[in-house]
Amino acid sequence: MADATLRVFRGDREGGKAVDYQVPVTEGMVVLDAIHSIQAHQAPDLAVRWNCKAAKCGSCSAEVNGKPRLMCKTRMDALPLDQPITVSPMKAFPVIRDLVTDVSWNYKVNKKIPPFQPRPGVKWKMEQRDVDRVQEFRKCIECFLCQDVCHVLRDHDKKEQFGGPRFFVRVAALEMHPLDGLDRTRLLKEELGIGFCNITKCCTEVCPEEIHITDNAIIPLKERVVDEFYDPVTMIVRKIFGAKNT
Amino acid sequence: MTANSKYETQEHDVLIIGAGGAGLRAAIEALAQGAKVAVVCKSLLGKAHTVMAEGGLAAAMANLDKADDWRTHFRDTMRGGKLVNNWRMAQLHAQEAPDRVRELEQWGALFDRTESGDILQRAFGGHTFRRLCHVGDRTGLEMIRTLQDRGVQMGFDVFMECTITKLLKDGDRVSGAFGYWRESGRFVTFKAKSIVIATGGIGKSWKITSNSWECTGDGMALAYEAGAELLDMEFVQFHPTGMVWPPGVQGILVTEAVRGEGGLLRNKNGERFMEKYDPKKMELSTRDVVARSIYTEVKEGRGTPHGGAYLDISHKPAEYVKRKLPSMYHQFKELADVDITKGPMEVGPTCHYMMGGIRVDAETGQSSVKGLFAAGEAAGGLHGANRLGGNSLSDLIVFGRRAGLAAAEHAKKTAAPSLDNAQIDEAERQVLAPFDRAEGENPYTIHHDLQDMMQRLVGIFRTDADLRQALVELEKLRERAKKMRVEGSRLFNPGWHLSRDLQCMLTVSEACTHAALARKESRGAHSRLDFPKSEDVWGQKNHVIVKKGDAMTLFEVPRTAMPAELAQIMAEDK
Ligand SMILES: Cc1cc2nc3c(=O)[nH]c(=O)nc-3n(C[C@H](O)[C@H](O)[C@H](O)COP(=O)(O)OP(=O)(O)OC[C@H]3O[C@@H](n4cnc5c(N)ncnc54)[C@H](O)[C@@H]3O)c2cc1C
Ligand code: SF4
Ligand code: SF4
Ligand code: FES
Repeated sequence: MADATLRVFRGDREGGKAVDYQVPVTEGMVVLDAIHSIQAHQAPDLAVRWNCKAAKCGSCSAEVNGKPRLMCKTRMDALPLDQPITVSPMKAFPVIRDLVTDVSWNYKVNKKIPPFQPRPGVKWKMEQRDVDRVQEFRKCIECFLCQDVCHVLRDHDKKEQFGGPRFFVRVAALEMHPLDGLDRTRLLKEELGIGFCNITKCCTEVCPEEIHITDNAIIPLKERVVDEFYDPVTMIVRKIFGAKNT
Repeated sequence: MTANSKYETQEHDVLIIGAGGAGLRAAIEALAQGAKVAVVCKSLLGKAHTVMAEGGLAAAMANLDKADDWRTHFRDTMRGGKLVNNWRMAQLHAQEAPDRVRELEQWGALFDRTESGDILQRAFGGHTFRRLCHVGDRTGLEMIRTLQDRGVQMGFDVFMECTITKLLKDGDRVSGAFGYWRESGRFVTFKAKSIVIATGGIGKSWKITSNSWECTGDGMALAYEAGAELLDMEFVQFHPTGMVWPPGVQGILVTEAVRGEGGLLRNKNGERFMEKYDPKKMELSTRDVVARSIYTEVKEGRGTPHGGAYLDISHKPAEYVKRKLPSMYHQFKELADVDITKGPMEVGPTCHYMMGGIRVDAETGQSSVKGLFAAGEAAGGLHGANRLGGNSLSDLIVFGRRAGLAAAEHAKKTAAPSLDNAQIDEAERQVLAPFDRAEGENPYTIHHDLQDMMQRLVGIFRTDADLRQALVELEKLRERAKKMRVEGSRLFNPGWHLSRDLQCMLTVSEACTHAALARKESRGAHSRLDFPKSEDVWGQKNHVIVKKGDAMTLFEVPRTAMPAELAQIMAEDK
């Protein structure tokens, strides 16, 4: 098979540039294989994160020809090989080096979310059909591609006010757990800023786990927030008693 | 000896190296005991190898098969391990696994359910009953997320993308560890009263492996350098079913759950060849047997076009396959252009799991060095000569908890150690040496040759001549590694990182080869062409490897007899 040209971002926090590498393409090759081949033969210090090589760990996120992708799941033969293939780090996060970005902000957001808390005295029995919809959310491999693509983070950098789709998925998994007893709607509204999401569905499109982030997680959560905070009865109560702690 | 190191120093009661299932469970337990806990890992939190575990976790919950109990699980584990397991570990493991699973559920894990609303269990090789609690084929993800969230909420300090390169000692006990931040290349020291090694496996020494870049045997090598004993290093599991095609995915695991759910193995002539090798258990025979069978079929010319066997689940309804094996469905569809609901997969053996490891006390995970504990794949003993599928995830939570508990208790009774700058200087020199050389080989080529050699000479079938040759080759590789050179800066530099991991791989590869050479019989995963039978005398002893001066020395330890109660269980057959 022919060679491909990979145009890979090389640089760090200070800046950098795209560098072209020629890579021989073999059958079934994925972009991560091509990156590894560059490491082994041309640039041993090319920085990249990966673990499983099988789309299970969510480490190898990057932008291939401008699209947020897992490199281990992106086949070379699905790309136009007559042009250079650009491989760049996720744009929504600061670059550390080459393809590696600083995703620590995500871990900080995660810490704000109160964990599963079983209702007092629950019986540990659950029906598969009640578990199904939560299991969809629990498939998340924390690749943060949805965070990368979401305009609220990518273009508006609202990291202080907005938690991002990954964490709506996480909250949905907790809120819809059949035995959970906590209410996280205030957190959704005030700390995770779910109101900033205008349901563009870009996150759903990039999710490698095919989680229906918008339809199954975000929209139902938005409804809960509306029910709790903008329900007319609740509103009146708030007006009378003051909105101090709401 | 001075109290402070010249680098950033983190001080804790318990330092846990590794954030897989074992490390996280240890951390949770140590926190519950009131200890101040640090967890260090080479990748980001949540990406440890455990995340990739697929098929399930074994615990005799008896949700489907009421006759199951810890005794049967114990017996299956011992038989699967060809009776050289640490029987006390096998007992504790079988007894405690169900409680540990329930605990996961109470912390938010959502397993697949039975009709009556309990945790669903599936059949797996070597297990008498349906025993593996699972979530489709992504059980490891469920487990790691549950433990991670629990630990974060309880408040451990996590130090991600930090590689430990040396354990530090204060006299005969551990005092801390030295490492570097992968991101910046800066150095860091950890000071702790107890250390738990939970660094996982060693598969990256072989060419065809299901293991990720992290599995370079660091914990075993670090413990060995610090004077701890390594046990049963000859027993390396080759999983029978890894992907064989296309080349980029060679070795990636095809979960045993495919066979657990009814998948059939055939050779190129369409024969269900397991009939010849284990007519009773067929596809669900133990992994050592199935791996050798596939290897033999291929070697004798009955392999598939890419040198494997066919594994077929397409006789089951497509919807069922997609629901029970979703990640296998996607893995084959996207990476190999195969629709497993319509046709067979091509599979072959892949280096998967290290049964051996740091020798520990069954109850506490305490190694032979004071204050140093180990759990999970990095520790040896539970699985004997061959691990049953699903027994690793349960191992992690049973012995992770025990090690965390004992480490916290040890810390309570111990005064703060002090760090020795001479040891830190030495650690620094070792790590930086490859930068100082003006010329030298790139670590990638040495790693490549190591993998090639281990695959050829210390693989599924072994001989005296091959193993001797392997020791010679290892010596040469070590010489080359002494002269290797890395380019670039210390900022997130994978070539440099590999230069360090390579040292650990060389150490564990050597230990494995020595032990394999010494065991002149075949048992479990260890198959000697020149000694094809299992011998009773060998069933009475285990191998221990320890550092004496600069030399790797091996000795035999006699096995202690089982107490009557356990011997009775082994004698019963159901
Ligand atoms: C594809 C696959 C599927 C599997 N499926 C199953 C299954 O279904 N059931 C089952 O029971 N078993 C299964 N196994 C086996 C099981 O997953 C592993 O044995 C187990 O997860 C190991 O867990 P651990 O906690 O010991 O280590 P790991 O999960 O490997 O974690 C090791 C940790 O140590 C850290 N570390 C390593 N070295 C250093 C260092 N020098 N400094 C700092 N940190 C370090 C790593 O970063 C990582 O965080 C599977 C294995 C594979 C490869
Ligand atoms: S749907 Fe909402 S969360 Fe998803 S990308 Fe659009 S704005 Fe962001
Ligand atoms: S929800 Fe999907 S895209 Fe977002 S982090 Fe999880 S797996 Fe990735
Ligand atoms: S390497 Fe794990 S998702 Fe790509």
